[in-house]
Amino acid sequence: MDREQKRLLKEIMEISFVLVETSLYLDTHPNDQRALSLHNTYSQKYSELISQYENRYGLITNTGISGYPWNYINDPWPWEINFDIS
Amino acid sequence: MWIYEKKLQYPVRVDTTNPTLAAMIIEQFGGPDGELSAGIRYLTQRWTMPTNQAKAILTDIGTEELAHWEIIGTLVWRLVKDATVDQIKGTPFEAHFVNHGKSPFPHNAAGEAWTAGYIQSKGDPIADLHEDMAAEEKARATYEWLIRVSDDPGVIDTLRFLRQREIVHFQRFGETLRIVQEELDRKKYY
Repeated sequence: MDREQKRLLKEIMEISFVLVETSLYLDTHPNDQRALSLHNTYSQKYSELISQYENRYGLITNTGISGYPWNYINDPWPWEINFDIS
Repeated sequence: MWIYEKKLQYPVRVDTTNPTLAAMIIEQFGGPDGELSAGIRYLTQRWTMPTNQAKAILTDIGTEELAHWEIIGTLVWRLVKDATVDQIKGTPFEAHFVNHGKSPFPHNAAGEAWTAGYIQSKGDPIADLHEDMAAEEKARATYEWLIRVSDDPGVIDTLRFLRQREIVHFQRFGETLRIVQEELDRKKYY
């Protein structure tokens, strides 16, 4: 996994975490408009980054469109990524 | 229904091989207050929740716990993957190694296999949400003991993240309990 792939993956992980936080908060505060607009902004950003990543490096989820051969199986798998080396 | 996302929730870092620490961290892989217990507990309680907020929060926190379970398994794996047999012999990880090799396995730090007896689903939302709040506090306490026995900066960083999540979940379950309580009171008096 080269530097650029790792950078993009880490950005996806960060935004994905924002969405975990906003969605848990919204589950118990469904009428909070500020939180909802934060969630929707990051959701948009998330979809853009996911398609960027999947086009370049292979699928993150197995519901996506893959080039040939099926690239969902490409390494590294999440537990194999060395995050301490940038 | 679930879909796997090929990423960890947090960028796990482990600085040195340490089978003893792996044997302690495994408490959160298969112990009573660990991530597997948390995930199965919350996902199991969903069917009898009376409000949409409660159904959503149990689904989403339960799902996040499975992501934490994956983080814990990754910590355990990283701590032992490069260990030689000599580095394993004489450590608390040796007993795990003779049964499971270097694979994580859901048992607690003392080697007791995970059991559904660690969790409860009462079919009573008030009882269940109180259990869930207690579970988050017990997990927070476990992470604090684990941080005390850890000497690996990377591992400590990840444990701190997981400890923080317990606090957020406790908060959300408290809000859910209030919402459910109000709903039940409303039904009772009108």
